[in-house]
Amino acid sequence: MATVAVSQKQSVWDGGNEPMKASYGKLMMWFFLLSDAFTFSALLVSYGMIRFMHPAYEGVRSEYTFSPEVWPIPDKVYSSLPFVSGEYPLVFVGIMTFILIISSVTMVLAVKAGSRKSQAEVEKWMLWTIIGGIAFLGCQAWEWSHFIHGTHHGSAVAEGTTFFGANLTQNQYGPPLFAALFFFITGFHGLHVTSGVIINIIIFYNVAVGVYEKVGHYEMVEKVGLYWHFVDLVWVFVFTLFYLI
Amino acid sequence: MAHTEELSPEELEKAENKNILRVTLILSIITLFEFAFALLWPDEISRTILNISFLVMTIAKAFFIVSEFMHLGHEAKSLIQSILIPLVFLVWLIIALMIEGSSIMEARFGQSESLFSSISPLLFA
Repeated sequence: MATVAVSQKQSVWDGGNEPMKASYGKLMMWFFLLSDAFTFSALLVSYGMIRFMHPAYEGVRSEYTFSPEVWPIPDKVYSSLPFVSGEYPLVFVGIMTFILIISSVTMVLAVKAGSRKSQAEVEKWMLWTIIGGIAFLGCQAWEWSHFIHGTHHGSAVAEGTTFFGANLTQNQYGPPLFAALFFFITGFHGLHVTSGVIINIIIFYNVAVGVYEKVGHYEMVEKVGLYWHFVDLVWVFVFTLFYLI
Repeated sequence: MAHTEELSPEELEKAENKNILRVTLILSIITLFEFAFALLWPDEISRTILNISFLVMTIAKAFFIVSEFMHLGHEAKSLIQSILIPLVFLVWLIIALMIEGSSIMEARFGQSESLFSSISPLLFA
């Protein structure tokens, strides 16, 4: 550096700088998440468009029954719990939402522990995050299975025929595109959770064998943390659009 | 963060944990409100108001997750801008596809029920 006798004034173009005060890996994770945000936005906005292509239910909500003509009311579709019978609107998806929020919190705690270079704490919180992710996936598997098999009474799809559950071409809840969108969007989100859990397990292993102790910093935990929070962020939107509105 | 130098590591840890707890509580409370709204909303009041309040609550939750959990609120200003400004394209996408959707419904069913089909004639008159 000092061997060249040009101007002593350091320019930002002289090298050794981190653009936007973030490391390369972190910056690229942010740009990847931005592109992923566009992918999910395109899917969710398409959901909105397809929903606007179908008539909404206009009558009294307590008298609503499933019909292929109108877009279904979400709290009538998602109203079951495992192991118990009866109607519990949105309870199960509420549990799933809280699992994901809590696993996001444990991830923040892992990142904070990483910035203090406390290996044991990072291990502990990463493990809780992985458990939260697996619990969420288990819930989603049950949710899908219930959605596919349907309710006991099924629902009439055409004159004289009753259909139970859902597949990609017809379903008991509403217009065919309703189930197709459910599978596609919650499936794509579930795929992100799955890859997030796998990446978390890899990073947990690295933490446990002391890779980041050797490297000297726990930035990798921060990067997977960003991805994990993004998965939680997408769920916030999926939750609103599919289960609330 | 300039103010962190004045704090000891223990104090810093305490302050951070307090902030995490605060954000967790905010996210949980907003989510509980969403459930209450979804299950208790009376039939007589317009669903449009309900849906707009859901979207406001969702964006509030998204703000806390991105700004605090993902720490974007504490990054360099240029990083914040380069992540948030491109999202402006979504405004166009949302408006375009909502209008498209209600036009398709009108073409299929010959009725205008949704919010956007009632305002789109105003936009394209």
